[in-house]
Amino acid sequence: MKGTPRELKLTINGKVYELMVKPKTLLVDVLRKELKLTGTRIGCLSSSCGACTVNIDGKAVRSCSVLALQANGRDVTTIEGVADGDKLHPIQEAMVEHGAIECGFCTSGMVMSARALLNENPKPTREEIREAIQGNLCADSGYTKYIEAIEIASEKMQGGK
Amino acid sequence: MDEKQVGEYSVIGKPIPRVDARLKATGQAKYAADLEEANMLWGFVKRSPHAHARILNIDTTKAERLPGVKAVITGKDFNGFKWGWSRPTRDEEPLATTKVRYLYEGVAAVAAIDEDIAEEACDLIEVEYEPLPGVFDPFEAMKEGAPLVHKDRPGNICVEYHWNFGDVDKAFAESYLIREDTFQTPRMAKGYIEPPAALAHWPNPNRVVFQGAKGSPYFPYRILANCFNLPLSNVRIITPFIGCDFGGTKNDMTNGDFSVVMLAKKAGRPVKIISTQFDTLTTDLRRHPMWVTIKTGVTKEGIITAIHNKIVSDGGAYTRMSPLTHFLTGICMGLPYHLPNFKHDVTCYFTNNPSSAAMRGHGIYHTRFAGDVQMDMMAEELGIDPVEMRMRNIIKNPEPGTIYETINKVHVATAGTEECLQKVAEAVNWEKRKNEEKVVKDNKAYGMGFATGTYLSGTQLSAHNACAAIVRVCEDGSVNYLTGATDVGQGSDTIGSAFVAEVLGIGLEDVDIKRVDTAFTPADPGSYGSRVTVLAGEAAINAAEDAKRQLLEVAAKQLGVLPDEIELKDKKAFVKANHARSIPWFRLVRAACYDAPGRVIIGRGHSTRGTDLHTLADFSTGVGSIGTNYSFTAQAAEVEVDMETGVVRCTDNSVIAHDCGFPLNPPAVETQVLGGSYHQGVSAALYEECKMDKGLTLNPNFVDYKRPRAYEAPMTEVLHVITNDPYGPFGAKEASEGSTCSAPPAIISAIHDATGVWIKDLPAHPEKVFWAMKAKKEQGQKKRKK
Repeated sequence: MKGTPRELKLTINGKVYELMVKPKTLLVDVLRKELKLTGTRIGCLSSSCGACTVNIDGKAVRSCSVLALQANGRDVTTIEGVADGDKLHPIQEAMVEHGAIECGFCTSGMVMSARALLNENPKPTREEIREAIQGNLCADSGYTKYIEAIEIASEKMQGGK
Repeated sequence: MDEKQVGEYSVIGKPIPRVDARLKATGQAKYAADLEEANMLWGFVKRSPHAHARILNIDTTKAERLPGVKAVITGKDFNGFKWGWSRPTRDEEPLATTKVRYLYEGVAAVAAIDEDIAEEACDLIEVEYEPLPGVFDPFEAMKEGAPLVHKDRPGNICVEYHWNFGDVDKAFAESYLIREDTFQTPRMAKGYIEPPAALAHWPNPNRVVFQGAKGSPYFPYRILANCFNLPLSNVRIITPFIGCDFGGTKNDMTNGDFSVVMLAKKAGRPVKIISTQFDTLTTDLRRHPMWVTIKTGVTKEGIITAIHNKIVSDGGAYTRMSPLTHFLTGICMGLPYHLPNFKHDVTCYFTNNPSSAAMRGHGIYHTRFAGDVQMDMMAEELGIDPVEMRMRNIIKNPEPGTIYETINKVHVATAGTEECLQKVAEAVNWEKRKNEEKVVKDNKAYGMGFATGTYLSGTQLSAHNACAAIVRVCEDGSVNYLTGATDVGQGSDTIGSAFVAEVLGIGLEDVDIKRVDTAFTPADPGSYGSRVTVLAGEAAINAAEDAKRQLLEVAAKQLGVLPDEIELKDKKAFVKANHARSIPWFRLVRAACYDAPGRVIIGRGHSTRGTDLHTLADFSTGVGSIGTNYSFTAQAAEVEVDMETGVVRCTDNSVIAHDCGFPLNPPAVETQVLGGSYHQGVSAALYEECKMDKGLTLNPNFVDYKRPRAYEAPMTEVLHVITNDPYGPFGAKEASEGSTCSAPPAIISAIHDATGVWIKDLPAHPEKVFWAMKAKKEQGQKKRKK
């Protein structure tokens, strides 16, 4: 890949990284190839499947459509940074318990889209949930249990049952 | 154990969180693309820019000289090896050597120190082609003088079957009403989000390790052993997590899979190839597009007298699984409606399109769509309600101990279709709704459609489809369950583990399952034909029973009773007649392992049900029970049609009732029925289709290749119908392939209910619906003028 490497400084899952990356390098390639954070999946590399969704400053972003250098100085969370040690995030817990996950390839992206949604809108309506995960393609769950799991997580995070 | 009722089980029949869900939810699950090895190279496949061309010369000199390139291969490196789904159908090369038969077929491959160099080197490979005229649909392919895709296959015929049961002509002559319609099913991609990837290395020149997204790892195990002339003992296939499969590409081999192994051999280093979604959507196996002409006769009361199918199908460039696909189009025609006379003529043609192969609802999906929609057409002509029409024809659940036999000798021990249909009709309040006047609100019309479906579980193919399991009881009471069956997302790892836990009376958390590794796990055909739960599950139960027998002998000595007087449950061994006399599981295992003479508890078991000999030869007769047992489904689907634009949306008012025998893990069955089947059915009915132009896929990305997204997902209700099949593990049958087949006809009938138009070629894209409604309106106006 052509281009002189440039300095990139960013926070990923709470840890500060300083790296040299070529200008054309995608954020997803830094995560997967450089840092071995392979929980962020690559499905399409064209912004259409959402498997590579991460959170940048709390927002859901597809890491295949962002240059690594665009994340300079930002706070990035990947799927590896969502659980608190062994304790699953309520979104993850709900997806596991509710039986939403099948092959699991879209799951990282689903969790990250849901996390961004609930950060911003702790009590979303079903339509808002559908909208928040509309960029996340899933081939085998039919979405319904993911949608319900996000509802369960939202309630739980509100202190409900 | 089969006679037990729900509630008596400790593990199964209850909501079981999947054993792999945590790894997937935290991103720790490793898929093929995530794997790396020290010193690993990246591979890339050079693909043909022609759909049909002779290869005159391949010059790799420039590519080899590019710095960073470590190995370059062409098809010639494989020394004439050809492979296929069965011995007579070995018509495909790992990389094409003399002729390419579909666009982007692989002709060479490169391994280099990074992906960019590998890709650049592929650009430097010079291939001289002589383009040939191609054939791109089966109707062109069947014409006399059409270019031949394979020179030794006259007429471009890939596979054909002609079956005749009863007296169709006589039955038609006596019928009150006969209809003949042609229905078309689309060319569908499998739609998995994970593009296939593979990593291979050779620890020594006589030993290969291949890790790839393979739902049937024992296929590459056999194919690679043949291809590289290795003993099977030295072919190690390890399956990482798999991001869906749905049949086809991830069952067997791709150009990339062969290339990665040959490149690794040549370079003497590990090589990884990750396909792109573009590769996947342009070259991976698809669902066969079929043109199903179905002629049905019925009595005045709507009872089916005969069906004659004439099917033309596009097999694409190579045979792959087409012999099985087309057998399946007809074998279950006698289900779920009683069919006394049946004729089936099906021909699949080679074309210069990417190859077609298995996909969920394999084969049956096409004819079920045609049959169920046409049933509604006939019901309308006869003035019979669609639910009533089905009720009159549906086969009843056989009395326990008896078998229902179709005209072509398919045997069914349990059939919950009638109950399924009753349940869905009640759930949508059909009795009331059918008499209500239709209201169009804000240009939106609503309609309801019904359909039923069936699917075979535990495909019974020739004997090498046998499978086994091993259950190792560790000395601390924990258990390893080894299976060669793969979980591609359906949840079979969880169910297999649950079977082991249930038999041994321990918790699911005590059972550990590893990914399939042909060096350690027993042979198994993998995930296809809805076979894993029924057949690999039976093997798991038998292996656990074997381990249990060994433990009970020890328990018998300790408790001073006979082994068969003891039960294992709740992590204890206890005397059935006196529960107070018991030994904790841990102590029992410890005694078994440590007391003289000392034991290592290894249970083994195999499936005995799945290997009734169905071979290619039997396919030509259309006779026999291909399934171990059969699932049944009925569904009601409501659509909302925008009368101005033709846009159709499935509403939340849809219900599926599914008879999977016994739901072993109810939420998993529901997710399968909703996502892996209903949703896919919605997709086939309304959205998915590869748009083709002379072999070129025009929409090879997930923006233009339309699939439903979350806002288009109906929140369907799933109802369970329990029939406890005697031929399945704990009464279970397959879950959810049957419900793939019932969604498209239900939706198409719902569109008719809303608008009065019949869409006979899937998918019902807005423009199709729009033009059909316009034509209907104009026809109506003409009639009025007259």
